[in-house]
Amino acid sequence: MPDWLADSNTQWVLAGCVLLGISSGVLGSFALLRRRSLMGDALAHAALPGVCAAFLITGTRSLPVFLIGALIAGLLGAGCIQAITRHSRIKEDAALGLVLSVFFGFGIVLLTLIQHSDRGSQAGLDKFIFGQAASLIGTDVQVMAGCAAVVCIASAALFKEFKLLCFDAEFARGIGFSATFLDGLLMLLIVLAVVIGLQAVGVVLMAAMLITPAAAARFWTDRLDAMVWNAGLIGGLSGALGALLSTLAVRMPTGPLIVLAATVMFLISLVFAPRRGLLSKAARLLAIRSQVARENALRALYEYAEAAGAWDVKVSRDELAAVKGQNPVGLAAQIARLEREGLVVTHDGRSSLTPEGLRTAYEVVRNHRLWEMFLMYEGQLGADHVDRDADFIEHHLPRATVAELERLLRVHGLEPELPPSVHPVAA
Amino acid sequence: MSVQIEPRMPPVATAEVAAPLEVHDLTVAYHRRPVLWDIDFSVPEGCLIGIVGPNGAGKSTLIKAALGLAPLASGWVKIYGKPYAEQRRLIGYVPQRESVDWDFPTDALDVVLMGRYGSLGWFKRPGRADRELALECLRKVGMADYARRQISQLSGGQQQRVFLARALAQDASLYFMDEPFAGVDAATEKAIIALLNDLKEQRKTVLVVHHDLQTVPEYFDWVIMLNMRQIAVGPTAEVFNNENLQKTYGGRLNIISDVADALAKDVPRRGR
Repeated sequence: MPDWLADSNTQWVLAGCVLLGISSGVLGSFALLRRRSLMGDALAHAALPGVCAAFLITGTRSLPVFLIGALIAGLLGAGCIQAITRHSRIKEDAALGLVLSVFFGFGIVLLTLIQHSDRGSQAGLDKFIFGQAASLIGTDVQVMAGCAAVVCIASAALFKEFKLLCFDAEFARGIGFSATFLDGLLMLLIVLAVVIGLQAVGVVLMAAMLITPAAAARFWTDRLDAMVWNAGLIGGLSGALGALLSTLAVRMPTGPLIVLAATVMFLISLVFAPRRGLLSKAARLLAIRSQVARENALRALYEYAEAAGAWDVKVSRDELAAVKGQNPVGLAAQIARLEREGLVVTHDGRSSLTPEGLRTAYEVVRNHRLWEMFLMYEGQLGADHVDRDADFIEHHLPRATVAELERLLRVHGLEPELPPSVHPVAA
Repeated sequence: MSVQIEPRMPPVATAEVAAPLEVHDLTVAYHRRPVLWDIDFSVPEGCLIGIVGPNGAGKSTLIKAALGLAPLASGWVKIYGKPYAEQRRLIGYVPQRESVDWDFPTDALDVVLMGRYGSLGWFKRPGRADRELALECLRKVGMADYARRQISQLSGGQQQRVFLARALAQDASLYFMDEPFAGVDAATEKAIIALLNDLKEQRKTVLVVHHDLQTVPEYFDWVIMLNMRQIAVGPTAEVFNNENLQKTYGGRLNIISDVADALAKDVPRRGR
């Protein structure tokens, strides 16, 4: 174990930050999907006057006391938000902003009062605004561990109920799961998570801990259970990274570093996640574009020959581009690609399809025209289960429907032909 | 070609036979403005019942009131003779498709499993039997191949069928469906009709909020005509007429004359 890790203070800080990351990541997933992320922000800000009031009343600086104060103030804040939206025309976002700033302002007033009093100097309550993880001690971490355990056990035990609440609250109410009760419970748990984060990241940055790991986790999976696990993992990792970085680089605040670590992980997820990430989306788009361009070039060559009535007709790129209204540069690139694939031969700048190319082009044209027919007659065909991502129509429509579509192609005189010299590969 | 089954009259309220749904003197008000009032009817068992009326007539509100999701200003609703809270297990519900976020991280089978949550109760997780039942329900709506498909990757009609499968998984006796036909493809419409008739054969009662007036005589045995007040309730053949449509839809004559034409032909239209 390295020296700096052997220090018991560092161990407590590290443990506290990891616990904070895990619990806020897990809860943040539900809050995000229930569209209650800003509620976490409001509850965090509302916790400040609660903590100050608890200190003023009891005169002690202990986490359990602050927890109760934050809980009461948080519930009061949430109650205010609900009352405002229910009994006035003010919408939830405005109500959240209103309550958040009023409670925070009131908290600052109380804080100033405390600091000007006799025992203000040793209270150190101002640390709750931006957090100071370095001040975490053993008993604090024990309370944090207790809160984190409650959060995680409740999330596991009520996973099914929370999932239902987040997906379809009305249905949940209809089958006897009170949405009001579940929302209240979720809020209570969020307050617990906020209390865990109070000392480490502070009330201002707490919202980031509830939103960022969950938002990052969403990129990696399409399953809620996996998302909750991932969010806990990303949160815990951010906590550990932030705590370690601030220990190594002296005089860097832990809270902001944790939030920055979470943000870096969010950005990595946003860009690199498979399927939902930006890179993956861009790659998919490029692949589709390239495939469409290739098929367009094949179709253009085929249809040019079809119109000319001669399968071995040769055509220059510019001519073909003009006939088909395509971009000559792009078309040239595709023809060069088809040449490499052995589907096109070019002599003196004039290209024609090889027998292999004719076969491929025939399949592409046929498929394209069958889809056209399908879209024209969809209502009458009454086909079930059409997968529009489909490459080839036979893979996705019943044989009888394809036969009917082929008949329709003949009726419209659009059936593509295959020159007698080239026989299709047996399907 | 559809077989018109003679609609039965509601059973006389006796001790042993209670109507699936009985609504008495119901008024629903949001923010002190009544949106539905003087609703008073009961429906017979084993019927397909359409709920029609113009936009804002309170069709969805009626369903929500029956499900205990809307504040009642007066009156009561009874399900098989008892209050809703005691009869939850007997009710299946298909909300409007737009009411949920389809980008939610879950798959089709998981959504259908939610239909089992009511009978599972708190804390208990769905088991193998629930999963098999949910798969069976997906099969009934022709969606078994899509069980593990992420729900955002389903078409609108397929999403609607997933919702229907979820209601089936509730294994209820009385179903409420809020516009299941809205914006679905021909295949889904057929699947829903087949399903409705299947439910009817099992003596289940289904109330469906419906918009397409022309298909009402073909699809439904009974009809509830609403425009904030109850205009008419009864067998489609008896109450779904010009006079009641006039009362329900007021001045919107073009719709009414279309339906009058359809009624005059007396030949139910097939498909759309």
